[in-house]
Amino acid sequence: MSYRNDPYDPKQAALLDPAALDDAVAQAEKAFAGAADLDALAAAKPQHLGDRGPVSLARREIGSLPPAAKSEAGKRVNAARLRVQEAYDLRLAVLEAEQAARVLAEERVDVTLPADRRPRGARHPLTTLQERIGDLFVGMGYEIAEGPEVELEWANFDALNIGADHPARGLMDTFYVDVPGLVLRTHTSPVQARTMLERTPPIAIICPGRVYRTDELDATHSPVFHQVEGLVVDKGITMAHLRGTLDHFARAMFGPDARTRWRPHYFPFTEPSAEFDVWFPAHRDGPQWVEWGGCGMVNPRVLTACGIDPEEYSGFAFGMGVDRTVMIRHDVSDMRHFFEGDVRFTRGFGMEV
Amino acid sequence: MRLPLSWLKEYVDIPAGADVEQALIGLGIEVDDVVDQGATVTGDLVVGRVLTIEELTGFKKPIRFCTVDVGNPEPQEIVCGARNFAEGDLVVVILPGGVLPGGFAIGARKTYGRNSHGMICSARELGLGDDHDGIIVLRSGTPGEDARPVVGLDDVLFELEITPDRGYALSVRGIARELSHAFGTPFRDPALGAATAATPEPAYDVRIEDTVGCDRFAARAVRGVDPSAATPAFIAQRLTTAGIRTINLPVDITNYLMLELGQPMHAFDLGLLTGPLVVRRARAGEKLTTLDGVARVLDAEDMVICDDSGPISLAAVMGGETSEVQPTTVDVLFEAAHWDPVMVGRTARRHRLFSEAAKRWERGVDPQLPLVALERAVALLVEHGGGTPDGRVLDVDNVRPLPPVSLDSALPARRIGVPYTRERVVQLLGTIGCAVTGGDVLTVQPPSWRPDLTDPADLVEEVARIDGYDNIPSELPPALAGRGLTAGQRRRRSVGRALAEQGYVEITSYPFVPADADDAFGLPADDPRRSAVRLTNPLSEEEPRLRTSLLPPMLATLRRNLGRGHRDLALYELGLVFEPRLVAAAAPAMGVAHRPSDADWAAADATVPRQPWHAAVVLTGDVAPAGWWGAGRPASWSDAVEAARTVVAAAGVADDRVRVRAAERAPWHPGRCAEILVGDVVVGHAGELHPSVLATLELPRRTCAAELDLDAIGPADLPTGPAVSGFPPALIDVALVLDATVPAAEVQEVLAAGAGPLLESVRLFDVYASDALGAGKRSLAYKLTFRAPDRTLAGEEAVAARDAAVAAAAARFGAVLRGA
Repeated sequence: MSYRNDPYDPKQAALLDPAALDDAVAQAEKAFAGAADLDALAAAKPQHLGDRGPVSLARREIGSLPPAAKSEAGKRVNAARLRVQEAYDLRLAVLEAEQAARVLAEERVDVTLPADRRPRGARHPLTTLQERIGDLFVGMGYEIAEGPEVELEWANFDALNIGADHPARGLMDTFYVDVPGLVLRTHTSPVQARTMLERTPPIAIICPGRVYRTDELDATHSPVFHQVEGLVVDKGITMAHLRGTLDHFARAMFGPDARTRWRPHYFPFTEPSAEFDVWFPAHRDGPQWVEWGGCGMVNPRVLTACGIDPEEYSGFAFGMGVDRTVMIRHDVSDMRHFFEGDVRFTRGFGMEV
Repeated sequence: MRLPLSWLKEYVDIPAGADVEQALIGLGIEVDDVVDQGATVTGDLVVGRVLTIEELTGFKKPIRFCTVDVGNPEPQEIVCGARNFAEGDLVVVILPGGVLPGGFAIGARKTYGRNSHGMICSARELGLGDDHDGIIVLRSGTPGEDARPVVGLDDVLFELEITPDRGYALSVRGIARELSHAFGTPFRDPALGAATAATPEPAYDVRIEDTVGCDRFAARAVRGVDPSAATPAFIAQRLTTAGIRTINLPVDITNYLMLELGQPMHAFDLGLLTGPLVVRRARAGEKLTTLDGVARVLDAEDMVICDDSGPISLAAVMGGETSEVQPTTVDVLFEAAHWDPVMVGRTARRHRLFSEAAKRWERGVDPQLPLVALERAVALLVEHGGGTPDGRVLDVDNVRPLPPVSLDSALPARRIGVPYTRERVVQLLGTIGCAVTGGDVLTVQPPSWRPDLTDPADLVEEVARIDGYDNIPSELPPALAGRGLTAGQRRRRSVGRALAEQGYVEITSYPFVPADADDAFGLPADDPRRSAVRLTNPLSEEEPRLRTSLLPPMLATLRRNLGRGHRDLALYELGLVFEPRLVAAAAPAMGVAHRPSDADWAAADATVPRQPWHAAVVLTGDVAPAGWWGAGRPASWSDAVEAARTVVAAAGVADDRVRVRAAERAPWHPGRCAEILVGDVVVGHAGELHPSVLATLELPRRTCAAELDLDAIGPADLPTGPAVSGFPPALIDVALVLDATVPAAEVQEVLAAGAGPLLESVRLFDVYASDALGAGKRSLAYKLTFRAPDRTLAGEEAVAARDAAVAAAAARFGAVLRGA
């Protein structure tokens, strides 16, 4: 083996000197750390990581080393190269993060500015509560039944055991129209009669709707108001079923602690009949009983007039004021708000109640 | 009806500490008010004896300075303005610290130059009546004792509301009986008192011509009564409590007995009767001036009592002027009869005479009361007014017993859900006075005072009521298989939500409209909306008609909101309108004994006006408000049209079945009104309202509205899933120049048809007019999106489709590609 052909030139290999490499790394680290922004960093990059950078030049010198020294020098150069690259990457990441943060800061807005370019509308609480009641009963297998507001006297009175001479007929404060035999319905009960004429038992319906009586508008009366009526006709229906249904309804409307209390009463279309109160824990004046509606077992005469055999079937019916329910439930003290149409009132109820 | 507890206690024992109010409520007797009289005067209300009276002069009125022994060592010094008492009299004194009804607090004060320590009271000051002629002078009492029991201020008054089926409960007798059920205590029935039966010789000559209208007529006379005899205090006070005016002793006695027994009566001045009495139907057109001073023209259905002079009493409802008891009356004829409730009800309604008597007759009066009532009346009159009873008693009795009711003894348990046994049912029905016989099927004879008990269901109610409604358990019935909401119900919910989400606020208007609403709207003379249902008894003569459009009441609400300072308004309403049937056929009479025949029901239902659901919006001011983002956007005709399209879309109609085209229809602006079509059916109108309509209604210019008939829209479409292509689109814009009168909607339709199946969408993005385009011309710029389902479109394909679209528009409208 001869050394004469060895190309190693100790003078040319000065850059591979460990101290020189350490110095090159330190220079690079210093240059990168000193770059104030991404542009400065980019400008500093070729000097330390480019082909003419000290570490790249050192790598070229490896070839001039004796084979035994090449491996160690190669490792040394690579390590230096990695340290420079690492210094660059670190600085790059820091500067990029700073830049991103600066952009986000510059893009900051006042998110509390109003954005109601198109104000929301609102639905009337009488509508939304009627829907809610309907949904409750639809969930119990009922169907929502409807009828005309200008109604046959027969359906509004006669079929409901309110004959022409019945004292209750005079108490109803009926609006009459210029067509004989027709009235503005005084209650939602004629829908019972229509339903029983049009369907065969078993029947379970809930009927929310507008009704009319000749009362002047004041805080607690209106010539137009709303009722919701329930009717179930099937074999074996009892007054206990009525109570269970009303208790369930009361809890759905007035909370889990609501319950009902019955007072015997008289309605021509039910026998036995009751008025009922509901215990409302969240009442504005403290927990108390409030009058809610009327109910009873469908009078067999009504079943007969509508073609249902009262020997085979029995039924219950109940009804209450929707307006009144909204007033109790939502602390509305004046009925006029429902009908005057002031947008502030309706907006207070949003889209659902 | 207001009754004092003391009166009830005469006929029923009430346990100490019992809650009478709750007992009444539990029985189904509504308690409107309870007045504990003892609590209406607070503080010391004591009996006093007047020791000295010193007359004070020099004031506007005579004043007395009194010393009164009120049980204290020192006499009380009291200044008093009344003069109806003397030294030594017993009076009622309220001491300083007490409060009279109405919150009138009594203190020690200086008045008329003297110190006054309290007040000597009148009946009115104590809330005992209207008597304010002077202070109360007592007959007995001890100075210093509580004066409340002495003056009757220790009672409890119950204001009761009786349901129309329980005529018997309109009396002390009926209420006391009910309370005996609640408390299980003895009831002493005043109707079981002494009664003299009819004598062969009648008290007066009476002929009953109509025993259906009058199935019992009894009478007795008292002669030589002292016409100046005063009504005793207990009667006067009880009448006053009940809200009945005191008149004179005989009349007050009849009213007192009506309250106590429930038997309305009448007192005639015997001296004013001429000839025998005849009880008959009135002759149509006969005249009678009733006690209230009203001259009445009678109907052939009314019943009257006549003497030789003609009708002297509108039977069962109100007496006549000519025969009433006078201040000079000495001979009195008491009448106690029984009248047909249906007849009385009709007469009362016909003459609008809802007297206390009529109220009771209509609801049912016990026909077994007349003789007892007469006995009591004669006794009371003789006791308090002197005179001699005539021993003769008239009693024409054609009363038929109430029919018995057959009751399956298991029915109450079956209907109520409480396991009442047969024995329990018999016991409960016996409690209310029924005579019950039979086995499992009971024969129930209702008592004479319960004509309301006609059906098994009535008996079921009595069983449940007397047993107590609180005993009924709570259980849910088995659920049925319901079908959910109907299509119409889903549609209305969807439409309401969609409009609300778009900024509209829902209102609920009355459907009553003024008679001139159609003129204000400028409806043509032959407009079908002029045909309206009319109320025969409107609340206001100003608004006698039912709406045929939602808009009139909505615009009134819009104006109300404007009046309250709101400027930017968008309102919506869903409701019925009323379209009268033009056929004149009246509804057939339908009974209730069985289901009406299908033909009758159909004929009756055909008289009911068509009542379709409408949806409408009205809007004014800015639809989008000004803000930091820039200026606001005023509501315009286009918002109304878009609201209409929203309604139709929410109703479930596919866009491609909806068309909008120009229309002229009141009350809209003729150049700014659109009609909305689904298929070929016009379902509504939208746009800006006519300036003259807005001026008439005092609404802001440019107010807009839309109204649609939801029922005319037809069934919702069942959408089919669109084929969604994953290939890229080709986008081409075209600007067409054409006559400005050509509707954009038609141009778009023609473009779409011409472009063929590759067209995915077409959207108008600009409308432009300028002199450069030419007079009467405008440019419509469309963005066309082409896409193939199965490949990436070649540019030439898209261009070819675009060209076809433009060619179609050119052929149809003479459109020219702008810049071409």
